[in-house]
Amino acid sequence: MKILKTYPDRCIGCLVCEAVCSETYFQKPDAAKSAIRILEDDTGAADYRILVCQQLGDCIAVCPAMAIRRLKSGVVTINKKKCVGCYACVGFCPIQAMFTHPDEIVPFKCIACGKCAEQCPTEALEIVEVE
Amino acid sequence: MNRAELKVLAEFDYELGQVEKGYTGRTLYVNVSDNTIESRPVTPEMKEIFVGGKGFGLWRLWHGVTSDTKWNDPENEIVISSGPLGGTTTYPGSGKSLVVSISPTTHSVMDSNVGGHFGPLLKFAGWDAIELQGKAQNDVIVYVDGMQGKVFIYEAPEGTADTHELAERMVELFADSEAEKVGISSVTAGSGAEHALIGCLNFSLYDERRQGIRVKQAGRGGIGTVFRDKKIKALVVKYLGVKGNSNHPADKSRIDRVGIKMHKEIHDNDPVQCRMRHRGTSYLVQIMSDYDLLPTHNFKYGGHPEARRINGDVWEARFRQGLPDGCWYGCTLSCSHTVEGYTVRTGPYKGRVVRVDGPEYETIAGVGSNCGIFDPETILEINFYCDTYGLDTISFGTLTAFVMECYEAGILDQEKTGGLDLRFGNGDAAIELLHQIARGEGFGRIAGQGIRRMKQIFVEEYGADPQFLQDIGMEAKGLEYSEYVSKESLAQQGGYGLANKGPQHDEAWLIFMDMVNNQLPTFADKAEALHYFPMWRTWFGLCGLCKLPWNDIIPEDNALTEEPAKVPEHVQNYVEYFVGVTGRQDVKRGEDLVRMSEAVYNFQRVFNLRLGFGTRQHDAIPYRSMGPVTAEEYESRAERYDQQLRELVGFDPTGKSTAEKLAALREYRQAQYERLMDAVYERRGWTANGVPTLETLRRLRIDFPEVVAVVQQHL
Repeated sequence: MKILKTYPDRCIGCLVCEAVCSETYFQKPDAAKSAIRILEDDTGAADYRILVCQQLGDCIAVCPAMAIRRLKSGVVTINKKKCVGCYACVGFCPIQAMFTHPDEIVPFKCIACGKCAEQCPTEALEIVEVE
Repeated sequence: MNRAELKVLAEFDYELGQVEKGYTGRTLYVNVSDNTIESRPVTPEMKEIFVGGKGFGLWRLWHGVTSDTKWNDPENEIVISSGPLGGTTTYPGSGKSLVVSISPTTHSVMDSNVGGHFGPLLKFAGWDAIELQGKAQNDVIVYVDGMQGKVFIYEAPEGTADTHELAERMVELFADSEAEKVGISSVTAGSGAEHALIGCLNFSLYDERRQGIRVKQAGRGGIGTVFRDKKIKALVVKYLGVKGNSNHPADKSRIDRVGIKMHKEIHDNDPVQCRMRHRGTSYLVQIMSDYDLLPTHNFKYGGHPEARRINGDVWEARFRQGLPDGCWYGCTLSCSHTVEGYTVRTGPYKGRVVRVDGPEYETIAGVGSNCGIFDPETILEINFYCDTYGLDTISFGTLTAFVMECYEAGILDQEKTGGLDLRFGNGDAAIELLHQIARGEGFGRIAGQGIRRMKQIFVEEYGADPQFLQDIGMEAKGLEYSEYVSKESLAQQGGYGLANKGPQHDEAWLIFMDMVNNQLPTFADKAEALHYFPMWRTWFGLCGLCKLPWNDIIPEDNALTEEPAKVPEHVQNYVEYFVGVTGRQDVKRGEDLVRMSEAVYNFQRVFNLRLGFGTRQHDAIPYRSMGPVTAEEYESRAERYDQQLRELVGFDPTGKSTAEKLAALREYRQAQYERLMDAVYERRGWTANGVPTLETLRRLRIDFPEVVAVVQQHL
């Protein structure tokens, strides 16, 4: 299964990943439209915390419209046409990695495309295969 | 048969339009007598004063009927409306439809709040409400096509009216492809609703995962009977394309904020609170039994050692788990579970493998413990048949319990019941009674008329003692009680007795506040609660909402708030949500929502007056709901009652007979109820006879000339 693996201890908070992600999927750099979020880590373990979908798939069962499914690659995706915009998936994501934006009626999440990992200057992000 | 083969009796074209801030701005009128179909405008006044849902239904019904209209007159209407918030997907519990009509059992105004997809899809198809009037000569189907902008009245094809078959058939008939099935919802009743007065309506939704329909019931007061009397076999809507902004809300971000917060709250707290997502309301059985509130043997007792056999864990093991079991999109509280693969063991569908929707608490308590039945299989059999026959499980349960007590008391015997041995606990006899009710045959023909008529028949034909029947017949206003024992909670006696439509707990459930937590010690406290909570709960029915996400899930810190029973954080959520959809600037606090309800609530009270009811005498309740009727009842809780006589009544029970003690307790409790009525009427702005004053009508802006004219006759 393909996921975006994160190395928070390497993150320098440059936010390139957020810009790349939102530009890729919403055609403009806007952190509020990014499926990856860099947050300050208040636990003290590192400077930053990287919040991004780990393809756990808890959202699949809670979707009342059967709009969320797992692809053969293991990536969990939303069918925009089927989505009824209830955001049950947002509230039920155990790591809160499903996002919404006022401009969008469908929520969005990381699909492990790897664009952000390609651009990350410190190799804090990496596409890996996991069981 | 396919749709093209259906005979069209009437056809109507309309502009599809768009929902704006929760409203389409028009309602659909369909008359099945003369096949008239028309669009009627929703006025700004309707939105402001009556809000939607039940409010719209009552307003349309008021203008459709006269003070002389009977339930089976063609001019009686069935009005179905969701509400401005109905169809929102982001906030849990937002897909309800409100149904109003003149009831065959109360002869006054009835309302019922039901899930399923019909109300929201009807709105997205272009209509805030549908108003059904008239009486067809032969069975018809009314179909609203929200994709094409067409309404049809079709001659109904032959075949059963029973819901588990008919509702599936409607999906097959009106969906043009597999993908369209989710866009179909139907309203149906069943063959039982053709023969009994306790008919219910089933509102369907197509469940993609189960690849079949589920149904939710508008159960109370016989509206299914009105539906079949009108010879409407099915009412069907099609709409595809529900989205998070289908209501075109004024400010969606305000709704999203509180909606996502609620989903997360349910995710975090439901597993440690009610566990609705796993077992629905069925978990209440044991709690009610533990607190002496579970109706047992026709409300004689409040619990039973065998209650555990029909409690939540039993049902959790039977319910299919892990599915999003909301009755509308986005309801993460997901209480509407099903038992799959149930093999029917009696009656016309014997041997069939079916899905049973439920059972919910009310059904388990009503057809289970209240009838002395603690066998899950029997409860499932009755649940399935009540639904598919279109009969209300609550009325069936309560009236069967009444029949069983009459049987054990010798008022009925096997000769009168046609051989049915209707002792408490005889599940097979209860099932057979249900089949007879559905067919309108044998003793079932009598039982299916409800408790109020049975009392009359038993007195007139069997020489029964009218006082005893009045005491044990658990109905008020002609409606059978829902399933809570109210003996030890005066406030709940009022919650039942003062309810506009009759004794249903959706207006007020005050037992824990009053009896367990002692938070309502004075008459003023009880009156305030019987003002606030009925008004607050009415509000859900104006908006197209379910009450459960208000207080069947609560924030972690709710107990620390000033008024935990109100769940203040959730009330504020609803303010945000309502303003987010409608954009109304005059709504800022919970009190503003309550004021909306107050107008509709008082309007409904005046509607009762207009139909010849709605005064103090109609708020009377059977003594069984206030206290022990029989010696065995008294003696089963003698310590409690003796103590109350001593401490509250000033009557020393020492050396007194049970009959003397019963009489003393009764005199006290009945007087308490009278005092409660006085206090509540005053708080609600009513006269001592329970009539809203002109000042109250003015304050609530419902002082329309025709409303004032009704009230003036009673002042």
